[in-house]
Amino acid sequence: MTHRSELIATDIDAYLAEHERKDLLRLLTCGSVDDGKSTLIGRLLHDSKMIYEDTLASLAEDSSTQGTTDGEVDLALPMDGLKAEREQGITIDVAYRYFSTAKRKFIIADTPGHEQYTRNMVTGASLSQLAVILIDARHGVLPQTRRHSYIASLLGIRNVVVAVNKMDLVDWSADRFEQICAEYADFSKGLDLLDPYFLPMSALLGDNVVDKSTNMPWFSGSALMEHLETVDVDTGLDLDRFRMPVQMVVRPDRDFRGFAGTITSGVLRPGDRVVSLPSGVGSTVDRIVTFDGDRDVAGPGRAVTVTLTDEIDISRGDLLVAEADRPLRAHDVDAMLVWMTDEELLPRRQYLMQSANGIGNAEITTIHHRVDINTLLEEPAPALGLNDIALCTVSSDRELLFDSYADNRQTGSFILIDRLSNATVAAGMIRGTASGWDRTPERRLTRQVSGITASERSIRFGQQPCTVLLTGLTAAGKSTLATALERELFDRGKVCIRLDGENVRMGISRDLGFSAQERSENLRRVSEVARLANGQGIIAIAALVAPNADVRRRAKDLIGEHRFVEIFVDTPIEVCRQRDPEGLYEAADRGDIPMFPGVSATYQRPTDADLRLDTSVKTVDECVSAVLKVLGDRGFLRG
Amino acid sequence: MATATLAPELRLTHLKQLEAEAIHIMREVVAQFERPVMLYSIGKDSSVLLHLARKAFHPGRIPFPILHIDTTWKFREMIEFRDRTAAELGVEMRVHTNLDGVAEGINPFDHGSKNYTDIMKTQALKQALTAGGYDAAFGGARRDEEKSRAKERVFSFRDARHRWDPKNQRPELWTLYNGRVNKGESIRVFPISNWTELDVWQYIHLEAIPIVPLYYAAPRPVVDRDGVIIMVDDARFRFQDGEQPVTRSVRFRTLGCYPLSGAVESTATTLPEIIQEMLLATRSEREGRVIDYDQSGSMEEKKREGYF
Ligand SMILES: Nc1nc2c(ncn2[C@@H]2O[C@H](COP(=O)(O)OP(=O)(O)O)[C@@H](O)[C@H]2O)c(=O)[nH]1
Repeated sequence: MTHRSELIATDIDAYLAEHERKDLLRLLTCGSVDDGKSTLIGRLLHDSKMIYEDTLASLAEDSSTQGTTDGEVDLALPMDGLKAEREQGITIDVAYRYFSTAKRKFIIADTPGHEQYTRNMVTGASLSQLAVILIDARHGVLPQTRRHSYIASLLGIRNVVVAVNKMDLVDWSADRFEQICAEYADFSKGLDLLDPYFLPMSALLGDNVVDKSTNMPWFSGSALMEHLETVDVDTGLDLDRFRMPVQMVVRPDRDFRGFAGTITSGVLRPGDRVVSLPSGVGSTVDRIVTFDGDRDVAGPGRAVTVTLTDEIDISRGDLLVAEADRPLRAHDVDAMLVWMTDEELLPRRQYLMQSANGIGNAEITTIHHRVDINTLLEEPAPALGLNDIALCTVSSDRELLFDSYADNRQTGSFILIDRLSNATVAAGMIRGTASGWDRTPERRLTRQVSGITASERSIRFGQQPCTVLLTGLTAAGKSTLATALERELFDRGKVCIRLDGENVRMGISRDLGFSAQERSENLRRVSEVARLANGQGIIAIAALVAPNADVRRRAKDLIGEHRFVEIFVDTPIEVCRQRDPEGLYEAADRGDIPMFPGVSATYQRPTDADLRLDTSVKTVDECVSAVLKVLGDRGFLRG
Repeated sequence: MATATLAPELRLTHLKQLEAEAIHIMREVVAQFERPVMLYSIGKDSSVLLHLARKAFHPGRIPFPILHIDTTWKFREMIEFRDRTAAELGVEMRVHTNLDGVAEGINPFDHGSKNYTDIMKTQALKQALTAGGYDAAFGGARRDEEKSRAKERVFSFRDARHRWDPKNQRPELWTLYNGRVNKGESIRVFPISNWTELDVWQYIHLEAIPIVPLYYAAPRPVVDRDGVIIMVDDARFRFQDGEQPVTRSVRFRTLGCYPLSGAVESTATTLPEIIQEMLLATRSEREGRVIDYDQSGSMEEKKREGYF
């Protein structure tokens, strides 16, 4: 039925015309060992008649020596290509399989389900538009299911089919199916996947694979094949933001100079204004040249050669983009990294970074956290090993041109290459420009050293430098306390600098708003100023909401734990609301101020502060004395 | 941003997508490597490859030479076709033969297909690649051809002795092809990895790509050996006792050295007829190649040794 034998025999021209019109779907299959993945693929190929008879004959031989199903041909065997793997009976790489129906051609990236083969699944997923995730109906949602779904979502596959297989072993039970769907829907909430298509199936018996199951009349959806044939493959195709990475310059003679590449997104027409990056020089599209003649229009996925009306200097790795919508540019990016080699990733080691934007040197400056793919929890990691997935900051020695991976899989991805072995060691998906905390300073800079020593300063000032961070809700009394503390220290002959959030935002942070990122950047700037002050022997008092624990920890790391003092101004929110001189809480309640800590955003309470002060039960003097005691105890008030 | 109904002029059929992918790959190779070469077997896949190369660099010329390994046992029509194609397209055709093998009189009749193929094809190819100092070589292999190829990369790494190590292949992500090699090492590049036999035939049909006439059925002098139909292409053919050439209407599904290529009985004289026969047939393409019979997994062993 799927291979159209009659049409081939009776009207080959009609068949060829039909074949010519087919589109293409690249899909990924994932499942744990024994979930029935190979059987499913075998059946898809077999039922669309793409396993030829002599291939089957050699399989029958194989089956008799090593197959797992007696007598019958084991459909799973052709999936395991390489000999060594066939002997082990497991698939340890990505195998590509092809079949087509009257409507579509399909490319299956078949990857194994073992945990240690994350690498392979990521590879197979990188070009896939759809993932089929197999679940054994008897076992339900397993850690592997979670892992597969996470990787699918990480690699930007939005279309997911959850195929609950082996329904025959659970008596075709609708209840069991519903139960598994509910379990899956529950855990997959946090993942960026479109609504999955749930499907009860028996790959072995063919139920709901190509033909609708008669054993499960309760299921009203379509069989897998029909779903694959009709699912919208253009979902996520970006027709707006034109990007074309230039692969090479085509210059057959003095009169022709074209830029060859594949359009990753957007639509291009002669007459369009484009800009070449990084130069930023603009021009107008003259012709879109192909071997088959010039085009009036070209969209995503087309390989073309573009000529411009102006002579501008463009070379490989440059990006031609829409004048009105440009990609991001930065030296440092935050990216999800999948480590693909046995040799550990070491921060600060130099790798080659290859992307649509060309190749250059890069290093990983920070590993923010590793994701445990079984629990999806984030955990710290000093280094990365094979199959680890982590959020990292990657620092390139040239300016990168990119989009976020979520926006564009081609311009948002990269690979890292070992400079000695040339092995591909990691796959990267860019989240965005790295936050200021992780950016590496321009390499040409050198630190200018003072002629005054730290001990000279501490003798002169009678103190050891430190930074006191007062954190707490708006109107908790941070500024009041900061001012009083400054007065007391001054009166005792100490030298300090007060960095009040409010004042800072009127000056060096005038450009920042109140999003989590901007708050983080604000605290970074304050911390950098405090660090400079500390470096010159001065005590810094910083008063900021600083609602995020991670960001406070970064401030602590920047300044140095030994000279960082964290004071949690823990005034009950009701009291803060009563005080609220500027009416901010009310404004936040009304929704006029979004992301307001304590109202519409969380304030993460410090758990290991040096001191916790409740200004609703303590006077300002009591609070100041308590802070002074901490400073004294930690030895900051002696020369 | 997502559109349910994509304008027809933006829609790419599967063949157009495969074509664009191949063009992208070829351009990457030319941009990344210093001395690429295209291996040319004169078969239909090579014809497609050559056609794609013309498209990739249009309006420029194909910016690399074409290399043919001549075992001296190819069909005469293949050699004629090769020379005609080179002249018509203005490409630089380099031909290499293992002269040591010729001097030793290596032939497919006396030395067995395994030895013969090793010396006249595999060794010859290595000699030519080493002599040319090529760092990348395009080939027309497809993943659907044979079991061990399903996992082959588009950029397939070879060590300095041209060996392929299945354990030492690089993961291939997105369309980012890692072409870095150290001196002496090389990459075999397979731009039509994702094409099936049907895709190749359909593309030849659509684009009217010239192919060797041997693919079309015609009356030809053949002998039948245990069900394998071998064509008597020249006077060097060795008849077995009592063998007589008979004229039958045959065509070839794959082309190689004539004593090692099995023909199929056919009356298909047009491309649609060939495709029709192919689709209705139940035997896979490689069966026509005698070397594959040796043992299960033999292609994989040949690959490890450096054969394509
Ligand atoms: N619009 C707006 N302003 C804020 C928000 N959070 C803090 N501010 C302002 O930012 C400045 C610094 O305040 P803060 O760090 O809370 O210090 P505090 O005054 O000691 O509580 C003040 O001018 C606040 O009014 C917010 O979410 N939205």
